Amino acid sequence: MNATIAVITFRAMLGRRRALLLLALPLVLLVLSVVLRVTDNNDIDISADVLQRFGLATLLPLLALIAGTGVIGPEIDDGQIMYVLTKPIPRQVIVLTKLAVAIVLVAAFAVVPVLMSGIVLQGTTAGMAPAFTVGVLVGGVAYSAVFVALAVLSRNAVTIGLLYALVWETLLGNFAPGAKSASIQQWALSVVDALTSASPVKSTVDLPVAIALLVAVTAAGTLLAAYRLRSLPVASAE
Amino acid sequence: MTTSTIHDIGYRHYDGRRNGRAYVLRSLYVHNVRAAFGLGRPARAKVMPFLLAAIMLLPAAGSVAVVAVTDQADALMRYSSYATVLQVIIAIFLATQAPVLASRELRFHVVPLYFSRPVGHLDFVLAKVAAMTTALFALIAVPVTVLYVGGLVTKVPDSTAQLGRYLAALVGCALFAVVLASIGMVVAAFTPRRGFGVAAVIAVFMLSSTFVLIIQGIAEARTNFTLSGWVGLFAPFNLVDIVQVRLLGAEKSAVQVPPGVGGGVVALALCAAIVLGSIAVLYRRFRKAGLS
Repeated sequence: MNATIAVITFRAMLGRRRALLLLALPLVLLVLSVVLRVTDNNDIDISADVLQRFGLATLLPLLALIAGTGVIGPEIDDGQIMYVLTKPIPRQVIVLTKLAVAIVLVAAFAVVPVLMSGIVLQGTTAGMAPAFTVGVLVGGVAYSAVFVALAVLSRNAVTIGLLYALVWETLLGNFAPGAKSASIQQWALSVVDALTSASPVKSTVDLPVAIALLVAVTAAGTLLAAYRLRSLPVASAE
Repeated sequence: MTTSTIHDIGYRHYDGRRNGRAYVLRSLYVHNVRAAFGLGRPARAKVMPFLLAAIMLLPAAGSVAVVAVTDQADALMRYSSYATVLQVIIAIFLATQAPVLASRELRFHVVPLYFSRPVGHLDFVLAKVAAMTTALFALIAVPVTVLYVGGLVTKVPDSTAQLGRYLAALVGCALFAVVLASIGMVVAAFTPRRGFGVAAVIAVFMLSSTFVLIIQGIAEARTNFTLSGWVGLFAPFNLVDIVQVRLLGAEKSAVQVPPGVGGGVVALALCAAIVLGSIAVLYRRFRKAGLS
């Protein structure tokens, strides 16, 4: 971990009006939760549906994508990464710092809102709020690692990430059960499923498999990013 | 006291032909349409738009193939539902390409270079919105045309009705294109940082559609179909589908649409407001950027 890189990255991610964009996404979830609570539409099925479809399947991938690719992608694109790479700092430290920043951002803008939304909707019934919080957190770590690696590997990282998160996990998941099992979202859902007694939360992956895959994907993403950053071809900006 | 004089140091005036406003508009438009597909740029910029366009064509081609093999006319996808079914792909295309048109000049602070030439602020914005609209229209209308032509070739019955539905769907495609392009361009113009624009555009579409779907799910469960229909106005794809259903005689592809012709008129008015509002916002945005 390198404090200076972390501070610079935080400033790039949150500076000017960018923090507002990051804040706007979870705000929609919170407003929705409050409205549902006020209009008395917060039974356990609806709550699980909101937390799962909005929190886990939409908010989390979007925020992880913004944070994961945003911490390193723009710097590589405009060549500023050279100023970091030419300092005597090990590449894995750079990657780990960037990844840590991404995870902190996901935790602040996705995990905390999901917890708040869960408490607004359900209080402590069936342990749903903490369960979804843990699920979103572990999913967020895995997503961040994958998207940081993607941002180092490709300049089209955001689009590829979107294709993965929206087309592979959501669209194909509905048609092909195989694709459904091979998605971070389902593994995170499996963690949620194990932690809550609420019956509407069902996942297709067993817990031990899910945890193993989450750990494996996170580790693979981090290692790949560190490895690729050792020999990064820096072209001029488009 | 000094007397100042103006020396003629021999600058020459331009007294060739002036091509005028239409020429400026057309040049900007053509440039932006090409940019939307990455034409005239390195291969790296072409990969994503063409990949997404190919993905858009797949279901249409598959559907035609199924009709040709099984001879069952109802296996052909409905023309008007195509954009709704493939909304994720369209949204990703818009998200990747709208920043190319709307944020690149802002990011590199080159907008003043345009406006130091005889380019009107409004023309600049109109050309960009028109170009994005054209690109989206091509993206949606080409697969729909493939469906229609495939239907003709495989001799799907009732060809006059098919033609009517096809033409109505083309109008629907145009409306989809202009509404989506307006929203996408505005969002992209306010997020010039690389990658942020893409994420912001997709976030607007995904959050609105998920939000609406959840509300609709609850409303349908309580058999409150009116609320379920009206809330559809808040998701862009659902909004245009309301116009298609209520004013163009299509079957509904969204979860629910508001009742009567009135619902369609409200939706159409909202579409017009979105488009005009977006042009006004973009006009102000680029005007301000042009002053720096």
